[in-house]
Amino acid sequence: MWSMLKQARGFDLMEITISHYLVVSALLLVIGIFGIFLNKKNVIVILMSVELILLAVNLNFVAFSAHLQDMVGQVFALFVLTVAAAEAAIGLAILVVFYRNRGSIAVEDVNMMKG
Amino acid sequence: MTVVELTQSLNIAAPELALAVGSMVLLMIGVFAPKDSANSTVTGLAVALLIGVLGWMVFFDEQGTAFGGAFVQDAFAYFFKILTLVGSIVALVMSVGFAREEKFDRFEFPILIILATLGMMLMISATSLLSLYMALELQSLALYVIAAINRDSARSTEAGLKYFVLGALSSGMMLYGISLVYGFTGHVGFTEIAAALTGQERSVGLLFGLAFLLTGLAFKISAVPFHMWTPDVYEGAPTPVTAFFAAAPKMAAMAMLVRVVTDAFGTVTGDWQQIIIFISIASMALGAVAAIGQNNIKRLMAYSSIGHMGYALVGLAAGTVAGVQGVLVYMAIYLAMTLGTFAFILAMRRKDEGNVESINDLAGYAQNNPLQATVLTILMFSLAGIPPLAGFWGKWYVFLAAVEAGLYPLAIIGVVASVVGAFYYLRIIKIMWFDEPESKFVSAAGELRLVMGLSGIFVVGFIVFGGPIAAYAENAAKALF
Repeated sequence: MWSMLKQARGFDLMEITISHYLVVSALLLVIGIFGIFLNKKNVIVILMSVELILLAVNLNFVAFSAHLQDMVGQVFALFVLTVAAAEAAIGLAILVVFYRNRGSIAVEDVNMMKG
Repeated sequence: MTVVELTQSLNIAAPELALAVGSMVLLMIGVFAPKDSANSTVTGLAVALLIGVLGWMVFFDEQGTAFGGAFVQDAFAYFFKILTLVGSIVALVMSVGFAREEKFDRFEFPILIILATLGMMLMISATSLLSLYMALELQSLALYVIAAINRDSARSTEAGLKYFVLGALSSGMMLYGISLVYGFTGHVGFTEIAAALTGQERSVGLLFGLAFLLTGLAFKISAVPFHMWTPDVYEGAPTPVTAFFAAAPKMAAMAMLVRVVTDAFGTVTGDWQQIIIFISIASMALGAVAAIGQNNIKRLMAYSSIGHMGYALVGLAAGTVAGVQGVLVYMAIYLAMTLGTFAFILAMRRKDEGNVESINDLAGYAQNNPLQATVLTILMFSLAGIPPLAGFWGKWYVFLAAVEAGLYPLAIIGVVASVVGAFYYLRIIKIMWFDEPESKFVSAAGELRLVMGLSGIFVVGFIVFGGPIAAYAENAAKALF
């Protein structure tokens, strides 16, 4: 009775394998890329999308690291975190000087040069 | 890592260490120097530092592998590091006059150039995906700031913003590729990856990883379809910055691309060859066609650089020693031509208007200044690939390698694209020699005239001293195989 219930609620099926991690990380990557290209409003959203891509990568690294029993992936994830912080800082700084010049951070206002 | 290994590693990476420490020292000098002289002091010291490192690299040939196989100093690295350093030095020297005239006097500029150069040198030497990524980000983060260095200009900040957004996207995609390559081979070192790939059935995941990795690398050399940032960044950034962008980072990114595909993926040539052939053809075609309608000379040079990256990739697509040798020769020639052309663009200055950027401003240059117009004409002929100038020999090497590797369609498309592309170079020549003269430019600064002269001599004289350069390039290419 109890085991039937567990099975019906999917308890026994929920063993998380490497492919589950890969699917989640691929979805995060796709959401991040679409967030950059489909976004028409705000540059901040683009910065958030970039962070999402880097998080997808980190998830991949850590999942592979656990799967392969190899520490390099986790070390790589730490490096990526550090670089992501630096990248966000520089991105925001550029955004601030852009705002000072144009008075707007809407994506459609990033249009002085066309080609 | 024992003390002995560490000392050896530091010894091998000494030029990079000198740049890293030097940039910190210069930062301190810039902060504590009197405000009005900070820029000129730091620029002078930065040029001296870069020349010192270049001299060191030329005279002390310390080769070997360092830091547990993450960094290598070989003949290939030497070749590209010398090109990169030359590009940085010339771009920095050319910025001096511009800084004087346009109030472009931030001492951070030379320091950021040094940091970017350091990143590039590490990129060229990286033999592990981890060190490659860190070096690439060191270079990219410095370049984002350099693009937006003129922070009171809406165009410069917009260029910086566009470069940042697309650069961060491409780094992210490349990193995703790296994570897949790591996951499906279990290693990040190039030799280990190559060993893991021999004799093993390639998984789809690995191919995805390779494709993503190449996406990021193609962005850095501005190859189609990842070229969108190039025209806008070239046009928006201040001209000395554009000259720098067109020269040094291209060298390093190309070196990195060549090393990754031949070193780490040398055993799966067929898989990356198709991708390289595609981006090569697309870049050559776009570079030839899209530049025709441009009136801004910096934008035109952006499309020209996209096309030239396509030609260089023809050599890489061959995947042989001769092909890589062709890439090396092509990049050396491209560096000389590009720096010379940008010296002319920086010299396009009128007393009342300041710097002008339209190609129609060149009208009557031949009457106003016949000598300089002749040199620019020679450079344009060379960019178009007309024999016996250097640009022709670059194309000769890469197309020959492609034909020897049996890639006839690629070589034919390349020749057709270079004929189409000749149109807009010839258009500039026509405007200079046959259009109604406009008012004169102010006479060019001495350092610009020096760069024009040197690149003109290189382009004309390549037929004489091209042999040793090609031999040196062959030696460098052999280090990879």
